[in-house]
Amino acid sequence: MSNQVPMEKKVLNENQLIANELRAKFHEHGILCLNLISSPGSGKTTLLERTLASFEPKRRVVVLTGDLQTENDAKRLARFGFPVRQIVTGGTCHLDARMVEKHLQEWPLESFDLLLIENVGNLVCPSSYDLGENAKVVILSVTEGEDKPLKYPSIFFKSELMVLSKMDLLPYVPFDAETAKQNARTIHPGMEIVEVSCQTGDGFHQWLKWIETKMATVKQTEVSA
Amino acid sequence: MHELSIATAMLDQLEDELAKRPGARITKVGVKIGELSGVDPEALRFGFEALVKGSHWDPLALEIEYIRRRQKCPRCQHEWTVEHWSTECPECSDMETLTLAGDELQIAFLEVDET
Repeated sequence: MSNQVPMEKKVLNENQLIANELRAKFHEHGILCLNLISSPGSGKTTLLERTLASFEPKRRVVVLTGDLQTENDAKRLARFGFPVRQIVTGGTCHLDARMVEKHLQEWPLESFDLLLIENVGNLVCPSSYDLGENAKVVILSVTEGEDKPLKYPSIFFKSELMVLSKMDLLPYVPFDAETAKQNARTIHPGMEIVEVSCQTGDGFHQWLKWIETKMATVKQTEVSA
Repeated sequence: MHELSIATAMLDQLEDELAKRPGARITKVGVKIGELSGVDPEALRFGFEALVKGSHWDPLALEIEYIRRRQKCPRCQHEWTVEHWSTECPECSDMETLTLAGDELQIAFLEVDET
């Protein structure tokens, strides 16, 4: 006899349980965790380099950076003096919560209050995996198409902020920034957007201000909790 | 292409369900895939069938319910299914509408043969 049994469980339940645990720990320690996602070559690592370069040495920040192979990004990011670990996925096209949990083990949670995670360069797969972050941040560079939010709606829907990067190249490419922003807000009504150039530094203060505002929110909820 | 990982996660959960029902067989699994979930239904089916074939699960049917994006307008309360990506309210043109459905990635049901 065949019975139909209702389930209503998330397919990625195991990942979700680990992500929930991580989120609870981050909350308890007043840690802001950001999950940075983009296509390969949109400038995630460069954005992080400039971000780390702008921080005071006493800043309590740590970085996890994911790639299929090589430790290249960790080497680039370690130059700024903050703790950095590379997650080599060995072929997997996204980070999952277990990888984050494993790679955080050596760092006491009391030792930092900002965790920046650079996901594997991919606009599709990382969107399905919760890493316990406070917010996903999607980066779109002006050398890509302005219709990317329409082509890859999931990640633009799930990201709180879009960083429009490489703005210094705008005069040289047929990219309509207004259309790109409109497309992002079509998929994600009210989405926050900052425009930056990591080369000239234009707009960079907006990105840093966004981080500071998020950090203040995390600290505030920690106090009230 | 992360659908093979998704299919693996599904079968891992079925393994847990099977352990709760000694002697039973799972003959079918139903999933809900939202258009905003980032999962392609056909790629999921491909990965699922590749994993099931020749395994102890074989035969195991997969039923996919594809969930379209639904929006609600907070201003005029209109609800609609999104066409051509536009989230603008078709009734009052409000831009900041809310998403009701479309990011599901859920196991909805199992069919279990208890005999």
